[in-house]
This record gives sequence, structure tokens and C-alpha cells, in this order.
Amino acid sequence: MQYKDYYQILELERGASEEEIKRSYRKLARKYHPDVNKSLEAEAHFKEIGEAYAVLKDPEKRAAYDNLGSQWQEGQDFRPPPNWDAGFEFSGGPAFAGGEADFSDFFEELFGGLGGRPAAESYRSRFSSRGEDHHAKIAIDLEDSFHGTTRTISLKSTDIDRQTGRLVIRPHTLNVKIPQGVREGQRIRLPGQGGAGVGGGSRGDLYIEIVFNPHPLFRFDGRDIIYDLALTPWEAALGATISVPVLGGSVEMKIPANSQSGRKLRLKGKGIPGKPPGDQYVVLKVVIPRADTKKAKEFYKRMAEELPMNPRATAGN
Amino acid sequence: MKIDVIVLNQSLRVTFDELCELCRVSREEINEMVEEGIISPRGPSRKNWLFHGYDVKRVQIALRLQRDLQVNLPGVAVIIDLLEELDQLRKAHGKRT
Repeated sequence: MQYKDYYQILELERGASEEEIKRSYRKLARKYHPDVNKSLEAEAHFKEIGEAYAVLKDPEKRAAYDNLGSQWQEGQDFRPPPNWDAGFEFSGGPAFAGGEADFSDFFEELFGGLGGRPAAESYRSRFSSRGEDHHAKIAIDLEDSFHGTTRTISLKSTDIDRQTGRLVIRPHTLNVKIPQGVREGQRIRLPGQGGAGVGGGSRGDLYIEIVFNPHPLFRFDGRDIIYDLALTPWEAALGATISVPVLGGSVEMKIPANSQSGRKLRLKGKGIPGKPPGDQYVVLKVVIPRADTKKAKEFYKRMAEELPMNPRATAGN
Repeated sequence: MKIDVIVLNQSLRVTFDELCELCRVSREEINEMVEEGIISPRGPSRKNWLFHGYDVKRVQIALRLQRDLQVNLPGVAVIIDLLEELDQLRKAHGKRT
């Protein structure tokens, strides 16, 4: 298994005081809490921080951990020497905020044989012995939402081991059907696919949040998608029919004459499918030809003379 | 294995009791969250209260913030509002790389 450098994880020196450990933990927990931090690694990092704190804040565990020596590197291949914990007494399971235990192999090996389940005063465990809810995120493409798709996700599912009665973590794959028309931020609830219940309680649920991968052509807002369309000055001024990409193909779109940059045209029903379907907005952007040649410069100067205008005039001027 | 999926979207409505059951909280805690303005039910009285699908998410976030970061309920209310505002701003900014 891999060594975990708990001091590094909590951004501490080895001789840190209990006060420093608590302060650092609180600061990092706030920073990486998955509800507050939207990066995909936040949750894993948050759990790591919780695990490091569980060990370092307990004097006995910390002493035993320090006893392993400081020559190891985070991630390094590691085997605990025999009797590494001789003379140390660990009381009970680690109690720390962070919901269900999802410890590293390193932690399980060194501190895991203590009843497994954290003694955390979980807000929810007071009221039910049902298993914890799990939360996961899936990144899909816009096209997946347009067509609907099936995704395979691997989870670490918890179960009560029949022989030892302890909570164990088993990897688990699920085929999840992503319905057509699902939007970013929407969640899918899979009943009974969460954590194992304790004392005969039922399993918790699995919530999967949908996140869209950035799309090369479109931006999205709820059910609507947005496409930026570049136009030449003559297309914008005289009007034109332009082929515009939409989900599932393209459409011929009539650009009205005298369109300015920033104008939004709507393709009704061409957004994310649903009842009602979203729309596709096409935002116009006029791009001017470069004035690199003498001819081009002269053309522009003539244009200034023949089509005078003041774009910075405010209403009433 | 075929799994039944429930999409938590705008059209989903849950009752007071269903919300307690889904989120594993007491009625008292839901009441407190309503008082704090974290979730806003529709309906003339508690018996008829209906919550949105996204209220489920707000309750779950509220519980996690309390449990993991020791935030009190008024603080949770502020945080959730700010998170939603951040979300809107991110969307308005566009997601193109």
C-alpha cells in the first residue's frame, strides 16, 4: 500500500501543536468541502483531509504514526514494521466529521481494526439506521443529453461483511441510464444504491449529479444552448441565410438585414429536449475584414466618408 | 441490472413527510429550515405543504454543511444562497474553454 503523509496533507510541520492541527484542518475542510468546492477532486481531497485529522488529532494514533518515522514520502510503497503499534492504545473508532468512512488502505491497515465504523455524532444517524446516501458526479457531453445514453460508473459501495460484521468497502459497477433531456446540475436518484444500512436498516440512496463537459460549439444555460455566430459586415448589413449547427445537425437560418453584434436570435425548440424543450440562441458577432493592405485601408476610409455614423452617441445626442 | 431512475427536476413535488423520509431528518429540522428560509414550501398548512425537487438538494447541502463544517442554520442559509448566486454567475459567463 501507499504511505500517506498526513502532515503534508494538512500542510503542517511534523512538530505541529494540537492547536495548529485543528486550525489547519478547519481551514482546509472549508476549502475542499465538496458543496463549496466544485472541482472534481474536491471530494477525494476532503476525505483525505478528514482521515489525516482523525489520526493527528488523537494523541495515541499520532504517536504511533510518528513512530513509523519521517523518512517516508507520500505515495511511497510501504509496509508497517511488525509491532509498530506496540505500547500504543487506540480507543474506539475515529470520530470525525465527513459522513461515511472511506479510508485509504494505509489507514485501514494501520488503524482499521477498531470497529470500522466511525463514532461520529452524525446528524442523521440519530434518527435512522438506514445506510448513508452517496453522491457522485457524472460528466456527459451535450449530445448524450440530446440522445439519452447509458453510462457505467464504478463506485465504492459499502457492505456489512457477513463474517466480521464490519463495514467493508467493495468496488461495484452500475449501468445507469441517463434519460434524454437531462440538464446540467440535475440529479438522478437511484434508490437503494447507497451505503449499507446498519442493524438491518435499508440501504441509502445514490444521487448522481450531471455535469456537462465543455462543448466546442455551444454554451449552455439550463435547457437552452447558445451558439456564437460570426458574420461578415455585408451579411449583417444586407441580411443572409447561414447554415447554423444545432444538436443533431444544422439548420438554415435567416439573418435579418441590419443586424448588430450581440443580437440574439432564437431557434425555438432546438435546445435540450424535454417538455417543453429548450431553445437554441444564436448570438451574432460581426467580424470586420483586416485593414492590412493599402486597398483595404482606402476602402475603409471611403466607407467612413460615405457611411458616416457615431456608434458612441447616447440617446438624445 | 435495470435500475429505476428518478430525475429530480422542477416538476417533482414532495410532501413534508416524503422530504423527511428522503433526507432522513426529523420534522422539527425541516420546520427549522423552512423558518430559516432555506426551503420554501407551497401550501396553506403543513399538511398540504409541497416542496420542489431542488429543495431536497438544499436540505442535503444544509445537513452536510452543519455536520462537516459546524455551520449553524442561519449561516447555512447564507451559504446556500451564495452558492446558487455563484452558479448563476458561472452559467452567465459561459462555459466555453
